Amino acid sequence: MARTQSRRRSAPSLLELPGVWLGHHLQSAVATLGRLLRAPLATGMTVAVIGIALALPAALYVLTDNLRQLVGGWDQGAAISLFLHQDNSDLDAEGVAGRLREWPEFRRVQVIGAASALAEFRSQAGFAEALDQLSTNPLPAVLAITPQPAYATATQIEGLQERLGQLPEVDFVRVDTQWLMRFQAILDLAQTLVLLLAGLLALGVLLIVGNTIRLEIQNRRGEIEIMELVGATASFIRRPFLYAGAWYGLLGGLSAWLLVTLAVVALQGPVSRLANLYRSEFPLAGLGAAALLTILGGSMALGLVGSWIAVNRHLRGVEPD
Amino acid sequence: MIRFDHVCKRYPERGDALSDLSFEMEAGEMVFLTGHSGAGKSTLLRLIGLLERPSRGQVIVNGRNLATLARGKIPYHRRQVGMIFQDHRLLADRSVFENVALPLVVTGLGHKEIGRRVRAALDQVGLLKRERALPVALSGGEQQRVGIARAVVARPPLVLADEPTGNLDPDLSREIFALFERFHAVGVTLMIATHDLARVGDLHHRTFVLSEGRLIKDTGAG
Repeated sequence: MARTQSRRRSAPSLLELPGVWLGHHLQSAVATLGRLLRAPLATGMTVAVIGIALALPAALYVLTDNLRQLVGGWDQGAAISLFLHQDNSDLDAEGVAGRLREWPEFRRVQVIGAASALAEFRSQAGFAEALDQLSTNPLPAVLAITPQPAYATATQIEGLQERLGQLPEVDFVRVDTQWLMRFQAILDLAQTLVLLLAGLLALGVLLIVGNTIRLEIQNRRGEIEIMELVGATASFIRRPFLYAGAWYGLLGGLSAWLLVTLAVVALQGPVSRLANLYRSEFPLAGLGAAALLTILGGSMALGLVGSWIAVNRHLRGVEPD
Repeated sequence: MIRFDHVCKRYPERGDALSDLSFEMEAGEMVFLTGHSGAGKSTLLRLIGLLERPSRGQVIVNGRNLATLARGKIPYHRRQVGMIFQDHRLLADRSVFENVALPLVVTGLGHKEIGRRVRAALDQVGLLKRERALPVALSGGEQQRVGIARAVVARPPLVLADEPTGNLDPDLSREIFALFERFHAVGVTLMIATHDLARVGDLHHRTFVLSEGRLIKDTGAG
């Protein structure tokens, strides 16, 4: 009798349960954060180690991302140069251009007539006097073609080069993108390396969090035993440790983001000076919102998994039987 | 309330702590458990609280066979059993209030209700004014009363005490036993392991005498 009565008094009603459950988790999360912040040195060191471990792949990602954007900028300028035979007039060149504009592979076909090519050459190269000696214009009409990005892979460009070379008006085709392709391949390689490194360091974060939680379980063994004596369920005892792991991950991710952002800010000046020397502008991209969310979500998940492993390995030993 | 059926508990390192123990105890009874050190008193209490499982035989508490109770159900069994220890087992870094609140916190009771019940329990043991103190600031007798408040705060039908007055002088000991008498008066079932034969003699309750793991004397209902 006493049992059922006391149960009726202490148990929340079924309707209240989701709120109670949520309240517990919220309270546990906040209490755990409070506990971590009350030991700022120990928490700070763990968070810093996680932050540095995560900042490394994140920084490499930023590097490759920026290089890709840089190359992307060149890619748009990279064109196929179609040199026509000398006997074609600028009007013929316009005709060829008109036909080529129908091809779906090309985004832009620009005609540089022989006369305008000569004028440009004269103004840019400072060969004005030498050119004046010539009786005829030695320059052919040129079509500058920009392929659609979808047709800009190495093999497709090669195919286009062949097809364009078979046109009767075309003298020769020059594609200046081979080094670009190589660079792209290097970037792909670098990106794979970033992924591998990220995987390795993620494993490191898992171990760091796991070890930290293991030590905390050891330090609080007495408390855990008493909680078990008064009837705490396994999940109730686990909860603060799991939250601690998640907090370590989240704070570590935030500090990784902070480190990378500081590095980007520090590099912004030198990079724009370098870009100026090339008469260009290059705003250095940092970690975007999506990357930030990925880092925070990923680091939190790592912290959670790390603590989950530690909790499952080390809490079992405390349960009396 | 409690039934032991030919219970044996054998520890690999020190042999039989209990051998072939059988008894039955009604709800609302108050029983003293006596016998010299190592007679098996603590082991008996640990079996009831399910801190250990018997090697053989059956322990039935509140109609539940503890031998077959699933691991996940153990916490819910312990919530029905208040446990008091000689060394108090308080958390040194938590206040008196927080220590007493622990059995309620783990059940997920609301803040207000916890505050109300903890203060009621502290009032019962006369420590209402010390709720903010840390256990180290309390005397041994006060610490034990905190332990008692923690054991009864969730109003369990069964309270077990293992040498609750082992370290206390006779006056404090008398106070503690007076508390147990009050719980007994409101229908709580109590089993108290003690060396304090003077108190046992005064109080005329059913008494078990254990020797080398066997029940050698049961005075029957007091």
